[in-house]
Amino acid sequence: MNNAFSPEKIQESIEILKTEIPFALWETFYVTILSTLFAVIIGLPLGILIAIGDNKGILRIPKPVLHILNFIINILRSIPFLILMILVFPLTRAIIGTTVGTTASIVPLVIAAFPFVARLVESSIREVNPNIIEAAQSMGASPFQIIVKVLIPESIPSLISNFTIAITTILGYTAMSGIIGGGGLGKIAINYGYYRYKYLVMLIAVIILILLVQIFQTSGTRLSVFSDKRIKHK
Amino acid sequence: MIEIKNLSKTFSVGGNTVHALKDVNLTINDGDIYGIIGMSGAGKSTFVRCINMLERPDEGQVLIDGVDIGDLSEKELRKVRRNVTMIFQSFNLLMQRTCLKNICFPLELAGVKKNEARKRALELLETVGLPDKADCYPAQLSGGQQQRIAIARALATNPKVLLCDEATSALDPKTTRSILELVKDINKKLGITVIIITHQMSVIEEVCNNVAILDKGEVVENGAVSEVFSNPKSTAAKHLVFPEGETEITENAKEHRLRVIFNAAIASNVPIIANMAIEENIKANILAASTKSIGEKAYGYMLLSFPDEKTITRAIEYLKNYDSIIAEEVKNNE
Repeated sequence: MNNAFSPEKIQESIEILKTEIPFALWETFYVTILSTLFAVIIGLPLGILIAIGDNKGILRIPKPVLHILNFIINILRSIPFLILMILVFPLTRAIIGTTVGTTASIVPLVIAAFPFVARLVESSIREVNPNIIEAAQSMGASPFQIIVKVLIPESIPSLISNFTIAITTILGYTAMSGIIGGGGLGKIAINYGYYRYKYLVMLIAVIILILLVQIFQTSGTRLSVFSDKRIKHK
Repeated sequence: MIEIKNLSKTFSVGGNTVHALKDVNLTINDGDIYGIIGMSGAGKSTFVRCINMLERPDEGQVLIDGVDIGDLSEKELRKVRRNVTMIFQSFNLLMQRTCLKNICFPLELAGVKKNEARKRALELLETVGLPDKADCYPAQLSGGQQQRIAIARALATNPKVLLCDEATSALDPKTTRSILELVKDINKKLGITVIIITHQMSVIEEVCNNVAILDKGEVVENGAVSEVFSNPKSTAAKHLVFPEGETEITENAKEHRLRVIFNAAIASNVPIIANMAIEENIKANILAASTKSIGEKAYGYMLLSFPDEKTITRAIEYLKNYDSIIAEEVKNNE
């Protein structure tokens, strides 16, 4: 570490970064986006079901079914991501054909993220004013219409802000997947920083990760506020 | 016609059973503006939600034009709800939709084509007097304006019945009056039956022709507004009509007392008691009074005292000149 910032070291690190960073950035980006997308595809309906299932007014879901869903979500959420990545190897192999590589890391990422997304969606949906739901019922809305025309549109600002939390969390997980051979900025940080003692490379990879989180978070918050029609815009 | 027969509903709250409604019977005719008044907790909200089955009664029937809507499937019930629409105390507009889209909402639910829905919504904005608010969001409107949009939304599917659940309770008196004017107008022009749930006497007096007083889940009195309010019989009704309590004045066996009830019959700027003194030389002593003027009409009551039998009889005679002022002698043993 003493001579990590010597001119030669800096020169060397810049060379490595120049060749590695663009592709790593792209990998991180596409893994994060795809994993979030799949996590939302599974987590959104699941979260909605849980949020309205115990509300007798909208949809009656049998209690045991709700209990099982809640149980599965809680279990998946309690397994540390590092362990989960290894636990789902058989599933990853079945879906992707291999357990190493960038694409393969999407499977554990989705498995880890969808229960989280489901909980976030659940809290967004529960925020919808029950009086508005009652009004929709009084106008003859079916359960499906209530979900599609009331619950989702009314909670859009909250959903956007929660999806932003999800995407930044998943971004953090992608870095961890460098351990099992997932690509991206995490892999660079681990390979050069941990295995080859090139701290400067690691530092810069981490700084880029921080910047990415900042960008996602800021644009997510802006979008959420902008989409909220309860706020009086100029 | 809406017939409510033997309606009962109980809730269990923390192990206790609460009788929200006890054997309620009412008939509401087409074109009526029917007021349901009661204190909080009297069962008004439960009652109105039983009319469109948002709340299922434990016992009894709700017949709308002879159809028992408690027997209908969820799907059939949804169709009925296009005919029996509702407005609320907190307006309950969709906050992420423009006013125009809010009015289109029930039409969307019913599967009406977009163009037609839009056209109808624009007409309705005109009806409720907010044609320039089509592209505004509810958060940009005042409470009164939001309620107007809610009314337009409730009218979109051409309903036969409009349920108003404390629709003016969140509004100031002036806005309340303008909303009630609109409701009255709609009732007159479109012939829609209106059922108004409220705890405010003034709302009933202003627009309703019939009223039912609900107390602890029971209808204790019902009939034409003028009858029920001018001569309240039940304790609950008396509490509502004379909220301050109907006088506690020391007995004086010699004096003769007269209760005078004003029921919107005369303008509030006519000085009746002074006229009586000037024209007939009847000197009345005012013991108690609770009057107010609503829409420039006088409401309330006065308790007058007269020195002897003769003057009180003359006062009664004199007050008969005014239509529907009710004057009755209060016997001392009352």
